[in-house]
Amino acid sequence: MRRGNIIKLVALVLLVAAAVALSIKPLVKGIPLGLDLRGGVHLVLQAEQDKSGTPITRDDIDKAKAIISNRVNDLGVSEPIVQADYDKKRIIIDLAGVTDPDKAVDILKTTAKLTFRDPQGKIMLEGDDLKDAKGGQGQGSGFVVNLTFSSDGGKKFADLTTKLIGQRLGVYLDDKLLTNPTVNTPILNGQAEITGYDTLEAAAEHAVLMRSGSLPVSMSIAEKRQVGASLGVDSLNRSMQAGLYGLIFIFLFMLVFYYLPGVVADFSLIVYALIVLWVFWMFRVVLTLPGFAGFILSIGMAVDFNIIIYERVKEEIRAGKSLRAGVESGFSRAFITVIDAHVTTLIAAITLYAFGTGSIKGFALTLGIGIIASLFTAISFTRLVLRLTVGINPKMNTRWFGVRRDV
Amino acid sequence: MQTGHPATYDDVQKLHPLYFNIVKKRFWWFAISLIVIIPGIISLVMQGLNLGIDFKGGTMLDVTFKKAVTQAAITDTMKSVGLEGIVQLSTGDTAALIRTEALEEGKRNELLTALQTKVGEYDKTLLKEAKVGPAMGQELTRNALYALIIAMGMMIIYITFRFQFVYAISGIIALLHDVLVVVGIFSLFQWEIDSTFVAAVLTIVGYSINDTVIIFDRIRENEAKMKRADAYEDMVDKSIWQTMRRSINTVVTVLIALLSVFVLGGESTRMFALAMLIGVFSGAYSSIFIASQVLVEVKKYFKKAPRKGGKAVRT
Repeated sequence: MRRGNIIKLVALVLLVAAAVALSIKPLVKGIPLGLDLRGGVHLVLQAEQDKSGTPITRDDIDKAKAIISNRVNDLGVSEPIVQADYDKKRIIIDLAGVTDPDKAVDILKTTAKLTFRDPQGKIMLEGDDLKDAKGGQGQGSGFVVNLTFSSDGGKKFADLTTKLIGQRLGVYLDDKLLTNPTVNTPILNGQAEITGYDTLEAAAEHAVLMRSGSLPVSMSIAEKRQVGASLGVDSLNRSMQAGLYGLIFIFLFMLVFYYLPGVVADFSLIVYALIVLWVFWMFRVVLTLPGFAGFILSIGMAVDFNIIIYERVKEEIRAGKSLRAGVESGFSRAFITVIDAHVTTLIAAITLYAFGTGSIKGFALTLGIGIIASLFTAISFTRLVLRLTVGINPKMNTRWFGVRRDV
Repeated sequence: MQTGHPATYDDVQKLHPLYFNIVKKRFWWFAISLIVIIPGIISLVMQGLNLGIDFKGGTMLDVTFKKAVTQAAITDTMKSVGLEGIVQLSTGDTAALIRTEALEEGKRNELLTALQTKVGEYDKTLLKEAKVGPAMGQELTRNALYALIIAMGMMIIYITFRFQFVYAISGIIALLHDVLVVVGIFSLFQWEIDSTFVAAVLTIVGYSINDTVIIFDRIRENEAKMKRADAYEDMVDKSIWQTMRRSINTVVTVLIALLSVFVLGGESTRMFALAMLIGVFSGAYSSIFIASQVLVEVKKYFKKAPRKGGKAVRT
């Protein structure tokens, strides 16, 4: 019995040590960091009703989202997030790790509406019929913008160019004239070419604007948060340091106050941290600065269970129970307390997640995951290790459990 | 059902070298709390909270210049592009925190270019910026209030379900106590609050109850074992002292975690950690000194009427 327990315990310690060693690399690489920890931009774009007051539909938001996603992908950010909020008619964009945030915002903010108009200024075709626009080399000496229309747009454009042959076609961004090429021939296949650019850059710029301009609604920046890359790295280092020192001091505290069970608590804490980080990894939880703070806080809360049960065990032993009986009844009794105590914190975390925005959601998520993981670790791991430890020698001096003899 | 710890009130008193009767002195504890809370409430009414741009809307630019700059240079530059705002310098006058109205992208670029040319070069990779439209700010305030009310409602339901309604009321009073302490102190010192403050207050709400429940749990257990001769006050006092070690130690570990965030975690989470520190400390105080005493008062109030009838029959 005794030897078996010792072997099991040693095996557990080795197992956890191996798990920690093997986890470091995938976890460091695999947990995505929020923009406040590595620099980037967070944008909330609000769709605005035009002057005529046509309501913004769900479809409009979907289209806008698709177009913005396209533009974002052009930026070459590793893990961009583009979300639509249909109720509030918003699009939320998170670009963590973008190298030039100013440029990114510049490209994304061009949200004006693209229209094709006849010489009288009447709108003939709207930007959402345009599928793509690209700058390129023309057949002659100059540079061109190649336009590709959707099948529907292609038909409209065919009608339009047939009607306007020899006249000028106005390409407008909102009410600003971008260019007004002359229609030379009717274009029936939905593939048009605007000629007359001197440089490739000039053509490409117009192409970007036309692509950008094809939003079905105009949008304004309702919220913007930008963090420089170095500042993000700095925050990350500080947070890691805070986490490390927090962990060390909690370790020491548990050792000083609880002796042998303190060792078990510290051991459980490592397992707890490992579980939480793997859950982050599994669900691709983006770690933000408040999220990190929530994680550190949850470490402080995770030892609560250990404290509550150890104090209970001490009481049971003082009341004359054997060590093993004390641990068993202490555990089952303390468990009810812990559940009641943690459910209330969980309620707070869930409410915060439901009502919070952005980084606050990140905080609520890490806190919530932390609470559930600490309960799980306590029932499964802490109990097992404590049982094994007591099993080594059930008659061990209760002083090791912090029970004073004189009482 | 027999789960041990038949420690008597005397045993519990002897076990703690610092023992004193907490329940008997309850009006002192109420007084101490009021001394902290009342100035806070007055300040809240008189000057309110120092709301950051997350609530009010606006633009905040945290610019780190390569050389020391002057406040006047920045203010003048802002005026030159037609802007007004508050400028705070720190870190040897190289870092400037600029607060102004919510800027359009064009205006924002104009200001940054002007700063670059007129004030001095700044480090782009250390730039921090936040722009919040006024509508977003109102939404945050509204959501924060909803979240607070819903969280409290759910907690009342949960505690009533798990304990009794009187426990829930006492717990919620202790919880409001903690919220008022934190919000009051932030108002008194006019510390600026942002959206993380909302997160802090809600977490305090969750954690304050957490602490209280640990003591209530013991009162619930001891209440069931009460003998006829036992006074309710003594039982509560005994329960508080029986759980004293765990009440203090659980809070200490959380305070350790928060202190490390406060000291080492950097500027962005410092105010959050401060709010949490005050809240958790107040939560520990209110769990031990307020919640259970309110419970005693409420129980006394409810028991008065039926007891008179009971006595008459016995004598």
